[in-house]
Amino acid sequence: MLGIKGKDLSVFLLVAMLALLAPFLLNPFPVDSAMAQFNAGYPDLMQRFVIFGIFAIGFNILFGLTGYLSFGHAAFLGVGSYAAIWMMKLVSLNIIPGIIMAIIFAALFSVVVGYISLRRSGIYFSILTLAFAQMSYALAYSVLTPITGGETGLQIKPGDDPLLSNLAEGEIGRANLFGLEMGDSAILRAGGWEFTMNVGYYVCALVMLVAFYLAIRIFRSPFGMMLRAVKSNQQRMNYTGLNSRPYTLAAFVISGMYAGLAGGLMVAMDTQVGPERMFWTASGEVVLMTILGGAGTLIGPVLGAGFIKYMENIVSKINSTVLHEWFAFLPDGMEDFLVTIFYPFVGKGWHLTLGLMFMAVVIFLPGGLVEGGQRIASIFRRGKKSGAGDESAKQETPAE
Amino acid sequence: MGILEVKDVNKRFGGLQALGDVNLSVAENTVHAIIGPNGAGKSTLLNCLVGKLIPDTGSVMFAGQSVLGRKPYEINQMGISRVFQTPEIFGDLSVLENMMIPVLAKRDGAFKLRAIENVQDEGELLAEAEQMLDEVKMLDKRHMHAASMSRGDKRRLEMAMCLIQRPKLLLLDEPTAGMARADTNNTIALLKEIKEKRDITMCIIEHDMHVVFSLADRITVLAQGTPLVEDTPERIKGHPKVKEAYLGEAA
Ligand SMILES: Nc1ncnc2c1ncn2[C@@H]1O[C@H](COP(=O)(O)OP(=O)(O)OP(=O)(O)O)[C@@H](O)[C@H]1O
Ligand SMILES: [Mg+2]
Repeated sequence: MLGIKGKDLSVFLLVAMLALLAPFLLNPFPVDSAMAQFNAGYPDLMQRFVIFGIFAIGFNILFGLTGYLSFGHAAFLGVGSYAAIWMMKLVSLNIIPGIIMAIIFAALFSVVVGYISLRRSGIYFSILTLAFAQMSYALAYSVLTPITGGETGLQIKPGDDPLLSNLAEGEIGRANLFGLEMGDSAILRAGGWEFTMNVGYYVCALVMLVAFYLAIRIFRSPFGMMLRAVKSNQQRMNYTGLNSRPYTLAAFVISGMYAGLAGGLMVAMDTQVGPERMFWTASGEVVLMTILGGAGTLIGPVLGAGFIKYMENIVSKINSTVLHEWFAFLPDGMEDFLVTIFYPFVGKGWHLTLGLMFMAVVIFLPGGLVEGGQRIASIFRRGKKSGAGDESAKQETPAE
Repeated sequence: MGILEVKDVNKRFGGLQALGDVNLSVAENTVHAIIGPNGAGKSTLLNCLVGKLIPDTGSVMFAGQSVLGRKPYEINQMGISRVFQTPEIFGDLSVLENMMIPVLAKRDGAFKLRAIENVQDEGELLAEAEQMLDEVKMLDKRHMHAASMSRGDKRRLEMAMCLIQRPKLLLLDEPTAGMARADTNNTIALLKEIKEKRDITMCIIEHDMHVVFSLADRITVLAQGTPLVEDTPERIKGHPKVKEAYLGEAA
């Protein structure tokens, strides 16, 4: 189907299912229950899941396949965002032109950054990309204020009158897709449960599926194989008549375009942008997502992105009151003791939990969450039938 | 005029004269062996042929064109393939994928963005790669992770990767080092067969005299960066200077 088959097709269909059913899957708890704060099925967060998924999928094409670790991809995301918001302010409130511009501008910028940074490899490459990104951040903050809005950033304001959108006098424009507003939602209620089906989320999810599909095609293409060759042995590649530089640059630009797409979508969902989007921590975050999920695997970056965004938005909301409620059934002394132990790991301390998990994954599961999943799956398989030699042989080829 | 003409090549590493006035002419469709003790400069000479090193002085002509100043991938595209002294393969890829890369390079050139096609749909190329693997008796290992193989197998894989490119000139840097006796004999047989079937010139560096005398049409003896003698295998065997500089030492 669609030119992908076997395991790849299953992975794609799995991601498609997860994406389409997310509003239900992520809201497993009734609204009034104590567990409701673990519900992640609200539009804002779901949009972030898939947008960062796109960002990480693209990053993985560069880092997962070629091994070149860029520490500056947030710059492309930022450039995409600025391009998109200008399109919305000036040309059209339809998100399509904005997103296209975001991709184009991110591509142009990544050609420049990639061309220069790829003259070096390893740590020097990483530092060069980091330098470019920090430079972009600093410029967006200061001298480029006329274009970027400086510290306050840019947003759609009353008085912005895009050429192609007929706004009434004084009306504030809202992002739409051929009239369908991104902010619109249908809310489904069933018993104590509530599910929000948001237009913006589904637009993002569809774009993510297209992006994911293209990534699968790239992974299985001759180009994808060349990128893995770059990671494995550039010397052999060059002595086999292949010029590794344009291959790596192409991977860099493609991943830059994914970042631009993610930036454009962010603006489409929430029509504002500020320079902090390009700060180095944002570049580091996508690295964490990719490694945590499993660099070089297809589904890993998506998992990693979802995981980190979930931690950031859900674990960070657990405060000491919530902890006390949880342990209220225990004797007072016990309760206080447990709350004291857990407190540093939740709420503002979510970074600590994330950091520990990241370390554990890197040390014990170098292949990321995907490797964890594979190990669990193989334990089950071994349990079922111990003589499945054929299947375990297939396991060996790094499929996902 | 040979297909490969090396003229007055010098290469220094700091105070060390690795190559001193090397002249070498390799005739088309012959096997030319280069022998010499460790550190004689044999690998350095190959490095100057494939663009890994640039000689300080001198010229290197291949099929009437200078290779100097060209990038390694350009030199390879001219028709020179090289098997390295320590195997250079794509360790993270499967054996079959290792073979697919040179086949794709042969068809698509130094760079082509084929990002949407599927490698699995390249039926002809896959068949070609499998046939070559069959020739080097590695077809049963095609799904193996290349890095997990023995050194001898890595070497054979690398040789197959070079052969599938159908190079005009094949450079082999100790192709049988680390191989079991049986594999060495297989390699000799394979190279002999290739030499009969194809238009191919080979330059082979080897310490194993059995291999050298089984394959070579001519032999150059290199010592301390300078060619000592160049002659047919029969005459090299009895050459006093060679015995003194190399064979005597090895025996
Ligand atoms: N890149 C380099 N930098 C400095 N010295 C080098 C370099 N490459 C080779 N040499 C030196 O040049 C000399 C010739 O080395 P080369 O590798 O060509 O020898 P060889 O004939 O291939 O020996 P062997 O049989 O051990 O492979 C050696 O003394 C070596 O240490
Ligand atoms: Mg050597």
